Amino acid sequence: MSEEKDLQAIFDKKIENEVKIEPKDWMPDAYRKNVLRQMAQHAHSEVVGMLPEGNWIARAPSMRRKVALLAKIQDEAGHGLYLYSAAETLGKDRDTLVRELLEGTAKYSSIFNYPALTWADIGAVGWLVDGAAIVNQIMLQKTSYGPYSRAMIRICKEESFHQRQGYEIMLTLCRGTDEQKAMAQDALNRFWWPSLMMFGPSDKDSPHSAQSMAWKVKRMGNDDLRQKFIDQTVKQADFLGLTIPDPELKWNEEKGQYDWGQIDWEEFFNVIKGNGPCNKERLAARQAAYDNGAWVREAATAYAKKKAERKDKEAA
Amino acid sequence: MERKDWPLWEVFVRSKAGLSHKHAGSLHAPDAEMAISNARDVYTRRNEGVSIWVVESKHIHSTLETDTESMFDPNADKIYRHPTFYDIPDEVGHM
Repeated sequence: MSEEKDLQAIFDKKIENEVKIEPKDWMPDAYRKNVLRQMAQHAHSEVVGMLPEGNWIARAPSMRRKVALLAKIQDEAGHGLYLYSAAETLGKDRDTLVRELLEGTAKYSSIFNYPALTWADIGAVGWLVDGAAIVNQIMLQKTSYGPYSRAMIRICKEESFHQRQGYEIMLTLCRGTDEQKAMAQDALNRFWWPSLMMFGPSDKDSPHSAQSMAWKVKRMGNDDLRQKFIDQTVKQADFLGLTIPDPELKWNEEKGQYDWGQIDWEEFFNVIKGNGPCNKERLAARQAAYDNGAWVREAATAYAKKKAERKDKEAA
Repeated sequence: MERKDWPLWEVFVRSKAGLSHKHAGSLHAPDAEMAISNARDVYTRRNEGVSIWVVESKHIHSTLETDTESMFDPNADKIYRHPTFYDIPDEVGHM
């Protein structure tokens, strides 16, 4: 018991002194569970996040847009892998992680349960959804768990192109015909509030927030991150000549930040519960991808086995 | 079933000739060839490397956190292993 107390003291000291926690270090069970849950959700979000955009690869309006979208989606697969690998360092294997997603017991970001209806939505997703993700991920580069932090640093390095390609799509549409600009405005109207919801419930209503901050798993609260995103995004919308769908949005000189309206939390919790526009479709698509990939996994295993046997025979 | 048969591989990437291979991350694959092929797709999408090593994770042996003190602390008081320990007059010039 006193040994556990010592270990707890060493752990606390590391957190205090900004020393990263590594996979084989002692850590409290609750910390392990908390980081594992967050990394798994993050990994699932990357993987499910490919779906709304994948729908538009074959319909991209030009070759330039098509290769960019393909590269972005390929990145997201890679980011999912980095995060699954980081999650596995805490002792949950990949099969279990994937199974939890498919069975619906693990969560992923609620934003991906909204459909990408028009080409402008691909612009809005890159600009707003990736933009919000980047605000969150820049903060997470300093997370206290080593493998998570390293995954975030790599992801941030790769992800800035995602937001730029989205904004460029919006810019092109906004400089186009009235109809194109209206399409961009419509995408902003639909994606603005769900993007703000990506930061999660207000800290006072978030079950994990305070403990995550104390452990330095998260370095900023949900509300501060959301505010940061709003403050940096408003002028980008102004430049596009688009209107953010929030009549209460107003610069507050005194606070040096924007005041803004109310998030519809009922919608947020409803989507999380599985009742968003695309929850069922997303999980069905993941399940189909998993099932349709079974023969590839089997073939790769069989081929590796055959090669190894042949090598053994040659050696004999 | 399928995936459980796939071991975990650690991936090391040499970013350019003249530099060491550096740990980039890990992945699952059925054999070394597939591990290298997947590592290329995942860890070198933007010219990050000119060479890749993969090693099955189970072949890596490491120090334990509980050994840290006995392994590394004896170094701390051996300041005579560092050049700054020795007093050389400025007149001698750079040494």
